[in-house]
Amino acid sequence: MAEVTKGTRVQQPVIVKRKMLSTKSNLHGWLFASPWIIGLLVFFAFPLIASIYFSFTSYSILQPGEFVGSKNYQDLFKDDLFWTSIYNTIYFTIIFVPLGIIFGVSLAMLLNMKIKGMGIYRTIFFLPTLVPHVALAVLWMWLLNPGFGLVNGLLDVVGLQGPNWLGSEAWSKPSLILMSLWGIGQSVIIYLAGLNDIPEEFYEAAEVDGANWWQKTRHVTLPLLTPVIFFNLVMGAIGAFQQFTLPYTMTQGQGTPANSLTFYVMHLYDNAFKFFRMGYASAMAWILFIIIMSLTALIFMTSNRWVHYQGK
Amino acid sequence: MEPKVKIKLQKGFSHVGLIIASAFFIVPFIWMVSTSLKPLTQVFSFPPEWIPKPFQWSNYLDAMEYIPFFTYLDNTMVITLLSTFGVVLSCPLVAYSFAKLEWKGRNVLFFITIAVMMIPGQVTMIPLFLIFNKIGWVGTNLPLIVPSFFGVPFYIFLLRQFFLGLPDTLRDAAKIDGASEFRIYWQIMLPLAKPAVLAVGLFQFMASWTDFIGPLLYLTDETQYTLSLGLQQFQTQMGTEWGLMMAVSTMMTVPIIILFFFLQKTFIKGIKFSGIK
Repeated sequence: MAEVTKGTRVQQPVIVKRKMLSTKSNLHGWLFASPWIIGLLVFFAFPLIASIYFSFTSYSILQPGEFVGSKNYQDLFKDDLFWTSIYNTIYFTIIFVPLGIIFGVSLAMLLNMKIKGMGIYRTIFFLPTLVPHVALAVLWMWLLNPGFGLVNGLLDVVGLQGPNWLGSEAWSKPSLILMSLWGIGQSVIIYLAGLNDIPEEFYEAAEVDGANWWQKTRHVTLPLLTPVIFFNLVMGAIGAFQQFTLPYTMTQGQGTPANSLTFYVMHLYDNAFKFFRMGYASAMAWILFIIIMSLTALIFMTSNRWVHYQGK
Repeated sequence: MEPKVKIKLQKGFSHVGLIIASAFFIVPFIWMVSTSLKPLTQVFSFPPEWIPKPFQWSNYLDAMEYIPFFTYLDNTMVITLLSTFGVVLSCPLVAYSFAKLEWKGRNVLFFITIAVMMIPGQVTMIPLFLIFNKIGWVGTNLPLIVPSFFGVPFYIFLLRQFFLGLPDTLRDAAKIDGASEFRIYWQIMLPLAKPAVLAVGLFQFMASWTDFIGPLLYLTDETQYTLSLGLQQFQTQMGTEWGLMMAVSTMMTVPIIILFFFLQKTFIKGIKFSGIK
């Protein structure tokens, strides 16, 4: 991420030629970029502006709707299900994202050891990320089936009675967190790449100073891994706020039991495409945008306190 | 002698940790395949049994009948392949102009491209639906294919970073030889960027193959459903047919796993590249 702005300038072969080439190279540049310029206008810029406008109207696909000022936003704050969905989404994000980081970093450190069979282990950790989300949801519904599922079957072996998992208001979100942790392989790979980038000399120097395993982890590995943790934290938080496919599939879009799995985007989807309250749903989308932007900004603001870039 | 013992001990602990963690990741898979081969009576046995008795291969045939599997597979393939083709065609072209061509407005447009990546899809989802509705594309697979021909900001960004890392010397030499800008791109630079293009293509393939909300929004007729949408419908209607559902889940996952084993290196490199740069 830090290298984004580096090297944006392209070398000019011969300076004298610059003026002569400029119209032609301008033309080429625009021509090459033209698909994206059209895409940007049609699929991003226009919908974005339209969405702001809709959020201030009572637009629905069935009727044209009219300008209602900030009514949608005011109504939202009185909508109980809106607050429930925010609570569920924040609950999931606050628990899943940190757990994902702890679990992911630990796994990556285990996978970074030089021992036999590492290729096989790495493949095993990565496999779940290849499972399509709908299939993942169905698979875990079956694993967590209270009567015949494998998880409760295994708990039974050690003499524990498993909970009702997805059928219980208290356990439905933990269930979702569990199955989301199962698909963590992608971030593990990014952590692994980060671990590979830590120069061996740092560990050697620490060993000369008599550092033990924990001290090396605490003072060499973790600080140098912070840029990668930072990246995964931002991406993880953004993704967690947009949770949709898993809870939708598992509850047939109902968010059951007792709306404990009604996530923000599900509520948005229902309003837009079930009740056709598209103005209202657009207002929700903008609130989501603002939440995500503020969260990202917040993480960025704290980052210079805890993110250490090598060589800086 | 002592450090050697210590290292051995450490490796032992690592193996134990790895095996426990691996179990968490692999057991659900084995369970999926195992259930997919069980007769219904054995599916509902408690405590759970691991080995199907007898192996009920007919689950797969039944599943293909209950949901029109091949129709859904066809639909999924068409969307996946065309949208991947679109991405591979458009994104490198745009990325190349950002990385190697000099033109007015380039930096501004690149900045906007990065900014667009931050916008959650839900914001543009509703107006896009209305646009597609207006031009009569709702109920067809076009909204899931056509936009990819106009570039995806994240892929453009990744490819641009890759192009920046390629040297200019070949480009300059070709220029002196009088090659046109497009020929330089097509015959020299694009082949050099093959690993990155392949990675981006893979990302799109995966995204498209597993997409759920897109088909849910735009595919209204059952004959057009993709595998994801089909499985979700099946689950809604036949919630207790676990053997059949696991068979469908397995069949949906296997193509991606095969692809992964063939292109493992590209996969991993692509993910690393997206995370580090």
